[in-house]
Amino acid sequence: MSSVAQKRSFGAAFWDWMTTVDHKKIGILYLIGGGFFFVLGGIEAMIIRLQLLKPNNDLVSAGLFNDLITMHGTTMIFLAAMPILFGFMNYIMPLQIGARDVAFPFINSLGFWMFFFGGLFLNISWLVGQVPDAGWTSYASLSLASTGHGIDFYAIGLQIAGGGTLMAGINFLVTIINMRAPGMTYMRMPLFTWTTFVASAMILFAFPPLTVGLFFLTFDRMFNGNFFDHTMGGNTIIWEHIFWIFGHPEVYILILPAFGIFSEIFTIFSRKRLFGYPAMVFATVLIGFLGFMVWAHHMFTVGLGPTANAIFAVATMAIAVPTGVKIFNWLLTIWGGSITVTTPMLYALGFIPSFVMGGVTGVMQGAAPLDYQLHDSYFIVAHFHYVIVGGVVLAILGGLHLYWPKMFGTMLNETLGKITFIFFFVGFHCTFLIQHWLGFWGMPRRVWTYMDGQGWNTANMISSIGALLMAIGVIVLVINIIMTVAKNQRVGNDPWHDGRTLEWAIPSPPPFYNFTTTPLVRGLDSVWIEKSEGNMTGLTPAEPVSDIHMPNGSIIPFLMTFGMFVAGFGAMYHQETSWGLPVLIFGLAWTFVAMSARSLQDDLGFHVTKEEIQRDIDNARKGGQF
Amino acid sequence: MMKGLKKWRLFSLLAVLTVFLAGCGQQELSTLLPAGQVGKDQFKLLMLSSGIMLFVIIVVVAIYVVALLRFRRSKLGDDFIPEQTEGSQKLELIWTIIPIILIIILAVPTVYYTYKLGDVKAMEEVDDDGNAKHLVVDVTAKLYWWEFEYPDLGIVTAQELVVPTKEKVFFNLKAADVKHSFWIPAIGGKLDTNVENLNKFYLTFDQESKGLKDGVFYGKCAELCGPSHSLMDFKVKTLPRDEFNTWVKNMQATKDKPVVANAAGEEVFKTSCIGCHATSGAGEGGSQGPNLAAFGDRNRVAGFLKHDEKELKEWIKNPQKLKPGNTMPSFENQLSDQELDDLADYLLGLSVEQ
Repeated sequence: MSSVAQKRSFGAAFWDWMTTVDHKKIGILYLIGGGFFFVLGGIEAMIIRLQLLKPNNDLVSAGLFNDLITMHGTTMIFLAAMPILFGFMNYIMPLQIGARDVAFPFINSLGFWMFFFGGLFLNISWLVGQVPDAGWTSYASLSLASTGHGIDFYAIGLQIAGGGTLMAGINFLVTIINMRAPGMTYMRMPLFTWTTFVASAMILFAFPPLTVGLFFLTFDRMFNGNFFDHTMGGNTIIWEHIFWIFGHPEVYILILPAFGIFSEIFTIFSRKRLFGYPAMVFATVLIGFLGFMVWAHHMFTVGLGPTANAIFAVATMAIAVPTGVKIFNWLLTIWGGSITVTTPMLYALGFIPSFVMGGVTGVMQGAAPLDYQLHDSYFIVAHFHYVIVGGVVLAILGGLHLYWPKMFGTMLNETLGKITFIFFFVGFHCTFLIQHWLGFWGMPRRVWTYMDGQGWNTANMISSIGALLMAIGVIVLVINIIMTVAKNQRVGNDPWHDGRTLEWAIPSPPPFYNFTTTPLVRGLDSVWIEKSEGNMTGLTPAEPVSDIHMPNGSIIPFLMTFGMFVAGFGAMYHQETSWGLPVLIFGLAWTFVAMSARSLQDDLGFHVTKEEIQRDIDNARKGGQF
Repeated sequence: MMKGLKKWRLFSLLAVLTVFLAGCGQQELSTLLPAGQVGKDQFKLLMLSSGIMLFVIIVVVAIYVVALLRFRRSKLGDDFIPEQTEGSQKLELIWTIIPIILIIILAVPTVYYTYKLGDVKAMEEVDDDGNAKHLVVDVTAKLYWWEFEYPDLGIVTAQELVVPTKEKVFFNLKAADVKHSFWIPAIGGKLDTNVENLNKFYLTFDQESKGLKDGVFYGKCAELCGPSHSLMDFKVKTLPRDEFNTWVKNMQATKDKPVVANAAGEEVFKTSCIGCHATSGAGEGGSQGPNLAAFGDRNRVAGFLKHDEKELKEWIKNPQKLKPGNTMPSFENQLSDQELDDLADYLLGLSVEQ
């Protein structure tokens, strides 16, 4: 590797991306992978809405519809929202704390490949024609009754992808604890880093239950286990508990990083410090903590009894308090600021009313007796799309516009960005607002079709039209990205001019070692402080220029994961075919050999010499960048 | 651009209001027009929580709009550097305490109603003669139909629940195959039918269903249960107590005095259908297919098709096409057209109400 840009063959570039352990490249890989699955999940959503456009529609069959809703949910949560957020975490968080990479670059790469192969495994089900069809929650009685290999794809695919997520979470935790630049105390960390930290801690505790649950399901379906088979002494309610003990924290794992991104956007485009920073941090931690205490509010109608329902109802409502604190702190951040409405700011401004509406319907459903009516109706569909699209997806789109120049050194077109926003935002409210009423009017969720004469026709039509508008927004975004890449107009360190945190003081895109010298941090919003005191580079070095130790790339993570991928097929087919068991053993052995190779290999990395770094600094000065 | 956005907001607000006022849904299946005490209690909670939440939304939007209008860079000038406020303990305390108060206002009735609606102690009560004081219905959800057994009355029916008005009716819920969920939106909230345990709750039916559009309330399965989840509808007929008593008597009588509208049809039934379907409403549940004793009185074929001869014959010919994944086999090639006509005639004549 060299810091000097060279012309390379396609093969070499491809190999570089396959073997990279650079957090920035892995971040981009996550974005590409997640973006691909986002489009896939979006297409599934469009087919769902087309099917529900009118009563008694038969665009898709009942079975295919269940495949679509299951894959839409699973894809959007596990393969789109989380990986895209991981992309931002990977790329931005180390820059924000002044680190040169994450704590475990090798594991970072392994985590990405596990996500990728897990997602691939899950979606191969479409090619096989046996698709998961028990909903993204895969409640046990239905998932055990489901014929074909659909649910097997779900169980094994998510197992592989979930392992990658767990690794990434641990990696981020260790990175934030150990690799902060001198002076970057916990209470000086940018809020996106804080939310990454809390979300990672939640991953650490929430994903093991999912792993266990999926193993139970795998054993029940493929190895004659009886964990959930009530005729053999198992219990299906256990699956619901296990799933939601993971599943509820999961929604906070998604929304917290989104909160982080919005906190960055509000401060940059209001030119103002985050209002009540300590309260924001405390609220984040509290949400993370309470997030584990409320899983049974997904199960109010299971029949847990009034005492359990009452306790979980009150606990659920309590979460509204720290979330409310966050909303008001954001409002007071823009209050008295100097607001400029750029595309990222537009997304952040759109987020506040959307998310508040999603939040309050959440509290309404927290009232257990009311939830008896709203549960599993279209009201809940509206609610969780309001928080996930109105919160997470708006953050992803806003974050994409905000960080695109930092990642690729070019600006996405602002006009097209605003057009995307308008289509997406209007489409989003058009699609989901009316669904609250569909729920009130008695329409259950996950229905393949509905009869005429129930008063649902117009509302469903409106909802489907909204989905179309959202799709147009996404298409404009894709056009924007293609045009931006084609034009390739380079930008400087701080294209938004009011960057406050460390990532805005280094070149766009940053050199592979990030910081020529580790920065010294003197407070919250380090770059803002330096600049307001007249240091226009925005950075104060904490050390003289010296050799930098960097890790080597490796193909082993790819190979390791490939073994698991192969083993998954073996496990799935071992009961009906003779080749299943050998393939299972071969895949696991392959992974084990790859792990051994990693353990036995002495890979000490390499050094970027002082001279190379000095040359980069001189080049940057000549080019006009500090 | 922002101006356009504001106008759009105003428009959307108006649209929401219109929808809100016009949008109470249809009486036979809307939670906004509750026809039973349970649904009314839940509606009260809905109104209370909506009120609180609307207040929150208004406060947030007000601050938001004022901030957006007052603090635009285009007004303040490009060079304006705002004061870097760290925070305000007083303000932060206010917006911690007020939400806590709002939550408490909502939490108290929530806990009260949770216990009220969860109270099924009266289910076991008996009068001096040892007879149950309250009507109890055992509901069994199956792929994709509903069985309603009245254990104390010795009768069983399917797809159409018949209950008396103005009294508590208790339910024992369970599923026979995979998990379903029992929901009558206009009457009250849902409760899951689990595979491994009985769930108990009560509903009250305040309104007679006679005046409704189809003469019945609509019931739904609310838990994904397979391909035909969306077709797993049932209907609820609510009668005054004395009419209900008559209905019960008639049902009990079907044991000895079967209704035969078409003798040839009965023959077909006896050779082809009787393995799974009973035509006597007296007895216990647990049969393979829905009990047909009151079939002629029903509102729908298979829970969702129009209740006429044409649809009925279509259904018998190819149930898998109409309701994929259900357990009824196809009779398309097994019955002649004549046999089908007779059978349909016979089935539609199975009535306890005429």
